Amino acid sequence: MKVRLDKLTKVFPSRNKRSKEVVTAVSEVSFEIPAGKLVGLLGPSGCGKSTTLNLICGLEKPTSGRIFFGDEDVTDLPAELRGVGLVFQNYALYPHMTVLKNILFPLENLKGDKKLSKEMMLQKAEEAARLVQISELMERKPSELSGGQQQRVAIARALVKMPKILLLDEPLSNLDARLRLQTREELRRIQRETGITTVFVTHDQEEAMSISDMIVVMKEGVIHQSGKPQDVYDDPKDLFVAKFLGTPPINVFDGEVRGEKLLIGGAAVLDAAGVRDGAVKVGIRSEGFVPSADGALECGFTAVEVMGRDTSVICSHPAFIGDSIRAVISAETPVDTTKPTVRFDLKKSKVLLFDPKSEERIRFDEGANG
Amino acid sequence: MKNKTHAEKRIGRKRVAVRTLTYILLAVWALAVLFPFYWMLLSSVKSYGAYNSEYVPAFYTVAPTLENYVSAFREAPLAKYFLNTLIFTLLTTGIMLTVTVLAAFAFARLEFKGKNIVFALFLALMMIPNELVIITNFQTITSAGMRNTFHGLILPSVASVFYIYLLKENFEQIPDELYKAAKVDGTSDFKYLVKVMLPIARPTLITIAILKIIECWNSYVWPRLITDEKARFLVSNGIQEIRENGFGRENVPAMMAAVVLVSLPLIVLFLIFRKRIMKGVSMGGTKG
Amino acid sequence: MKNNLKAFLYLLPALVFLGVFMVYPLADVLVYSFEEGYNSASQTFSGIGLRNYSFVLRDPYFLQAVKNTFILVMITVPVSTGLALVISLGLNSIKKLKNLFQTIYFLPYVTNTLAVGLVFMILFKKTPYSDGMVNILVRLFSGTTVDFIDGPYWAKMLVLSIYTVWIVLPFKILILTSALGSVKQDYYNAAKIDGASSWRVFSRITVPMISPMLFYLIITGFIGAFKAYSDSVALFGTNLNAAGMNTIVGYIYDMLYGDSGGFPSYASAAALILFAIVFTITVVNLMISRKRVHH
Repeated sequence: MKVRLDKLTKVFPSRNKRSKEVVTAVSEVSFEIPAGKLVGLLGPSGCGKSTTLNLICGLEKPTSGRIFFGDEDVTDLPAELRGVGLVFQNYALYPHMTVLKNILFPLENLKGDKKLSKEMMLQKAEEAARLVQISELMERKPSELSGGQQQRVAIARALVKMPKILLLDEPLSNLDARLRLQTREELRRIQRETGITTVFVTHDQEEAMSISDMIVVMKEGVIHQSGKPQDVYDDPKDLFVAKFLGTPPINVFDGEVRGEKLLIGGAAVLDAAGVRDGAVKVGIRSEGFVPSADGALECGFTAVEVMGRDTSVICSHPAFIGDSIRAVISAETPVDTTKPTVRFDLKKSKVLLFDPKSEERIRFDEGANG
Repeated sequence: MKNKTHAEKRIGRKRVAVRTLTYILLAVWALAVLFPFYWMLLSSVKSYGAYNSEYVPAFYTVAPTLENYVSAFREAPLAKYFLNTLIFTLLTTGIMLTVTVLAAFAFARLEFKGKNIVFALFLALMMIPNELVIITNFQTITSAGMRNTFHGLILPSVASVFYIYLLKENFEQIPDELYKAAKVDGTSDFKYLVKVMLPIARPTLITIAILKIIECWNSYVWPRLITDEKARFLVSNGIQEIRENGFGRENVPAMMAAVVLVSLPLIVLFLIFRKRIMKGVSMGGTKG
Repeated sequence: MKNNLKAFLYLLPALVFLGVFMVYPLADVLVYSFEEGYNSASQTFSGIGLRNYSFVLRDPYFLQAVKNTFILVMITVPVSTGLALVISLGLNSIKKLKNLFQTIYFLPYVTNTLAVGLVFMILFKKTPYSDGMVNILVRLFSGTTVDFIDGPYWAKMLVLSIYTVWIVLPFKILILTSALGSVKQDYYNAAKIDGASSWRVFSRITVPMISPMLFYLIITGFIGAFKAYSDSVALFGTNLNAAGMNTIVGYIYDMLYGDSGGFPSYASAAALILFAIVFTITVVNLMISRKRVHH
């Protein structure tokens, strides 16, 4: 089912009761989730992504704006009538019930013509358990399960009633690193198999990038950009999005455009046809560096980290903003580690320019078109 | 290091002496506590004739008998007292639990206007001594014609501010996520209370129930004010009645048999739920 | 609005019961205490004033009850608190049998006051047929036996005090044992390294650490002791005035009901006087504790 948010705003009263100030958790958020897709809601903590999730499932009421499931306006529907499935960060399994009882619970609450027979319920619960591969754990209590198993039970419980939408709040953050990788593939598989429109919230961009059909990047209650993960990564709208996506993070330099040339530390590193003269911030993806004896960008060499397939060259530059530059190159490319400096050519597609004040993206060909 | 020094020996000896003294002290008090129980049990199995012929009471008996238990039941309506107390205890505890659960749920889980003020007023009621309100309650029950009825006995003691407070605190420890999960799973508030909160809070509910049962079983003052027909007496009043009017004669062994019977249920309950009761009492229960 | 109504429905039973049996009586007891010449049968009264108070304050039975209650409080609060502290310290210093002792010590809490009171009476009573259990001990030491139940005033007060201490000790031992148990071992270890004597450890570390609980026990002990009643009934029977062993609470109930009853106004006045006494003592206690208690 398609989900559409239309100018959703959520304002909370301030924690300090005497002050009349308010906190705007979500501000005029609009986006559309195509039916059957897996969407990652992404942003640093406090960006309003969890509030957005709560608004979609009905645990919070929006201050203004509307929410549509398909063509139906569900804004005023309470959570229990929305027919959504929600997986909590800490799973929120009912501690006194067995796994089976936990999974049956949402089915037992169905009323009217949706009511199921006992056999039907059991059958559905077993199906859901099979889907997340916990069939052999049905009689255990949550306290007797590992974190990963609890996670699966929580997903089964959310899926068993065939929700219109499946919501997951930081689903992987309580798992250890190895399990996280495994579970995220699992999530992808389950979503594919069921075809349920799924939204999950995370602060981990790698997680979101790796499994989502679409990502929505938020900061301070506002959507910065949304789209296919690769598109957003390649073509970020502003410096925040560019910095937030990608591991290792993008390398940012103070630079300048003069006479259609991009200068970093006074050295011309790229053609910048069509870009107006003035100061810019230059973001270079770590895979945008090509070691070259006569490269235009000269950096102070610090160290090399070999990581199997890739090699990270760690170096420094006076115009660099931050601690150290990290350039990722293929392991076959030789790097002369004896010299105090290392020179790079830059791949133009991996170099992004931003306005130093507004931090909005400046495109290389923008000036030419405008 | 084999040979302990003189000082070490002295300290070691002192420690042993202190330990021995401690055990003696503790044992003396344990005897002081247990002795009345022993005496009631002992007296209850001495025959009437044997008991009354001992000018200096004997610490044991060679011919224990259960005849006193028979006469306790025959010569006083002891069975009736037990039945009354049982009904009173179960009904009071049951109604009290219902009232407490509903109120604690409202305070812990629901949002409503003036919640903090209402709760503060509830807490303020905890400081009101029973003696201050019992006079009016006596008048209320009397003028409502509820003397010598279970209604009159039960109704004034079914709302307990302390237990509402205790359960509310317990309810609040149940994570918010469970409530949200239940909402998304399609439950009503009431169903959430019954299906999720009550099972999770079961240990506290049991503790509250046991403390209330103890209180009911031992209650004396209110039943005394509100019942004057023997057929309505609870065990405490029954014991007092037996003490003052006896079994027609001064039959101490039979009295002691009655006392044993009255004390036994709670002692058994205590031995079963020892940890829970002691924990519950230390959370703020006081005697009386 | 919907939420408010729903919450109200959940609270309704509690509100009704508390309203009828706690809030209304609170106002009513004040009214009663000022209604002069109240007649229970016709529910009429002749005037408003302080006559009920002045009657009660001049009633020799009330004065006797006040005297008895104060003596009882002055004996049992210090004795029971001190004894509980000693026993708890002992309990806390041992490992073997600790559970057994704790279980035994708690028994009086769960027993019926009236029932065990009867046993105490039998133990202390002297009848034509027998001197009673306790008098055997008395004879070992002095020679002249005493009837503790129907005999001289001091003997009766002694029994009442012993029984009261026996009844209140379980609660105090329980509270103090857990308070002592929660003092961190680190403090004791530090004191040991500093070479403190056991007395110094006790007075400088143990007592300050448990002082909040100690004061809590003293305050609740005072409140509880001022409300003594059923212990006395258990030992001396329901006609406490005749036995000269009535307490303030006993006086209130006697005024309300029974052979001497039917005077809710006098009962109310007495109840409010009791409340004033307890309130004052509690405030004084709190003021002292604020100065002394280490938090």
